[in-house]
Amino acid sequence: MRLAPTVTLLLLLGPLLAGLAGTLAPALGVFPALGGTRPSLAPLHALLAWPGLVPASRLSLTTGLVATALSLAVTTLIMAGWSNTAAFRWMERALSPLLSVPHAAAAFGIAFLIAPSGWIARALSPWLTGWTQPPDLLIVQDPWGMAMVMGLVAKEVPFLLLMTMAALPQTMPRRSLTVAQALGYCRVTGWLKAVFPQVYPRIRLPIYAVLAYSMSVVDVAIILGPNTPAPLAVQVVRWMGDPDLSMRFIASGAAVLQLLLVLAAIGLWRMGEMLVACLGRLWIDRGGRGHLDPLLALAGAGAAGLSAAGILFGLAGLALWSVAGFWGFPDALPDRLSLDGWARHGPMLADPATETIVIAAAATLLALALTLACLEAEHRFGLTPGTRSLWLLYLPLLIPQIAFLPGLQTLALLVGAETGRGAVILGHVVFVLPYVFLSLAGPFRGWDRRYATVAAAMGVTQNRTFWQIRLPMLLAPVLTAAAVGIAVSVGQYLPTLLLGAGRVQTLTTEAVALASGGDRRVIGLFALAQTGMVMLGFALAIGLPRLVWANRHALRGTA
Amino acid sequence: MSAGLHLDDLCIRHHGAALVRLDVHIAPGEVLTVMGPSGIGKSTLLAAITGTLPPGFTTTGRITLNGRDITHSAPENRHAGILFQDELLFGHMSVGRNLSFGLPATLRGRATRRAKVAAALAEIGLEGFGPRDPATLSGGQKARVALMRMLLSEPQALLLDEPFSRLDAALKDQMRALVFERARDRALPVLLVTHDPGDAKAAGGRVVTLA
Repeated sequence: MRLAPTVTLLLLLGPLLAGLAGTLAPALGVFPALGGTRPSLAPLHALLAWPGLVPASRLSLTTGLVATALSLAVTTLIMAGWSNTAAFRWMERALSPLLSVPHAAAAFGIAFLIAPSGWIARALSPWLTGWTQPPDLLIVQDPWGMAMVMGLVAKEVPFLLLMTMAALPQTMPRRSLTVAQALGYCRVTGWLKAVFPQVYPRIRLPIYAVLAYSMSVVDVAIILGPNTPAPLAVQVVRWMGDPDLSMRFIASGAAVLQLLLVLAAIGLWRMGEMLVACLGRLWIDRGGRGHLDPLLALAGAGAAGLSAAGILFGLAGLALWSVAGFWGFPDALPDRLSLDGWARHGPMLADPATETIVIAAAATLLALALTLACLEAEHRFGLTPGTRSLWLLYLPLLIPQIAFLPGLQTLALLVGAETGRGAVILGHVVFVLPYVFLSLAGPFRGWDRRYATVAAAMGVTQNRTFWQIRLPMLLAPVLTAAAVGIAVSVGQYLPTLLLGAGRVQTLTTEAVALASGGDRRVIGLFALAQTGMVMLGFALAIGLPRLVWANRHALRGTA
Repeated sequence: MSAGLHLDDLCIRHHGAALVRLDVHIAPGEVLTVMGPSGIGKSTLLAAITGTLPPGFTTTGRITLNGRDITHSAPENRHAGILFQDELLFGHMSVGRNLSFGLPATLRGRATRRAKVAAALAEIGLEGFGPRDPATLSGGQKARVALMRMLLSEPQALLLDEPFSRLDAALKDQMRALVFERARDRALPVLLVTHDPGDAKAAGGRVVTLA
């Protein structure tokens, strides 16, 4: 029990550090199995000679920075304009379903909406556009990565909203806002000047995680991002999958470059923070009360509504395609609905679905056990976690996956370790654990310790108190954390692909592999199955406590 | 001379600074009231006796209960029962299970344990409340269940952390009478911390004021 935090850190940071080393070595020419026994600059030269280098790096930077800045702006405007309103409570309810849609499924949904032959074009044709054929426009996979930014923003706004709402209560926003409004400040301006500066430091790490993720994401980039050149991370995956194993040198070099780009972008963002803080102080000093506020609030709501609609209508589109009979352009709806697609392709789902469940369940159980052991050790031995441990927890979310997963695969190859389901599960734990921990830590630490005192005073052992009092009382948050873990695991693309060495096929890897084929019925099927699995997890997390504690008023859960 | 609760030169320090100093002996059946404004360390004193001091606190001196030195015992081996101002009934258990959870494991046999719980419920005027959800009880009923749960665990002392402060006036008198009566019946040394002079008066014993 006392060792739990150490074991957890090892499981979390071990793969990270080993993977980084395994990426760095081939980048410097060291890869004995492929004849690289001495350091050389050859991989670096090869990388520099690649004509796509500059555009691919630029794409990674621009899409990442723009997506993060837009997500933060929308999140801030929603919080500033709408927190504590009736509309806000409605938005809150929409949050969990939006969060539970895996990135790949959301990206497919949006692609099906905005493509030249997508739902929006169909709805407007031919009466408005005059199109009787899909126009020859590159909307999805546009060279600037705008579609990709849109997909990322739609998924990251709910995440940042959730993190902001979790951080808010510590700053007593209502009082600050009331005071600001009493001083004559309008809502949005008052919130930006009085509340935002207190909240921002508390959501800084999640924002950096969004930045790192957006810059190096692979599955969303394959579906929505540009192709020639693709963003850098996608190119690394292509090189890693090349039958010519010597391509791993350049792949590793590019992976290291991706890491440096992310670190540079985080540094750039940090400088931007300071600049904005400076400008913000001047703005506050001027004392303007704000007149554009209603417009800003509306803009925030509009952007949020648009991104929510993107995901929800995207899902509806996926569902419709999966049961569509003949659906010619420009018909807004298919000729007829049929379950032929499900009957024909449904059996294809069985194996990847089982694999997805097994991996998600194993990774989540392991992460949950480690998290509970850490938190209980903290409770029993009076350990006080500092900000440093929070940074360590966030590290797997700040270091781009593409920077260390190839290295892990290379290392496994080097030492002859087994890649496959076991490696994939351990790989998933690295990403599942931080989210499970972040989700459970608050409720676990918030539990009234006097219950433990009462139990101890009655002569009850700490173990019995943990199993019979604390865990049952925390059933709802534990299940919520489990559902979050399952959602994270189901959505993982890169760890499954790289650590499974292509032999482990989950719903996500299969769906992304289908992207280039473009059979919308099959894609719809896989994306729906993927989303359904995550939603089932959340439904169980909400439903089970109500069922188990049907007769226990205090514990039916608030989720 | 060893029966009862002894606090011998007990000193609780927080990061080295002395917070509470006490040297008292509470005889079986006696109630000692410790008074003082909030923030003076009254609850900390009780945490030192139950063995649940938060990190950063250290104690010197000795705590003995009926001759056993419990200064460094694990909390669950001290047998020092405690009641807080909140009842802290376990919300996932029925009223009856809350009570049986407190019964010592040495009390064997389902029927015996059940009978004991039923008798305890009868003693506090809650016959037939066993299967109820604790959330459906009134404040006074919860307080009585909490008292009974602690007593069923057969503690050798009773610590009271402002247990009457949340009750309204009429209920307060009832609960005070009930708690002190049961403690006296069982010859328990009682340590009451409070800022309410009414509690001290009802307890009727010695009063120590922390300042």
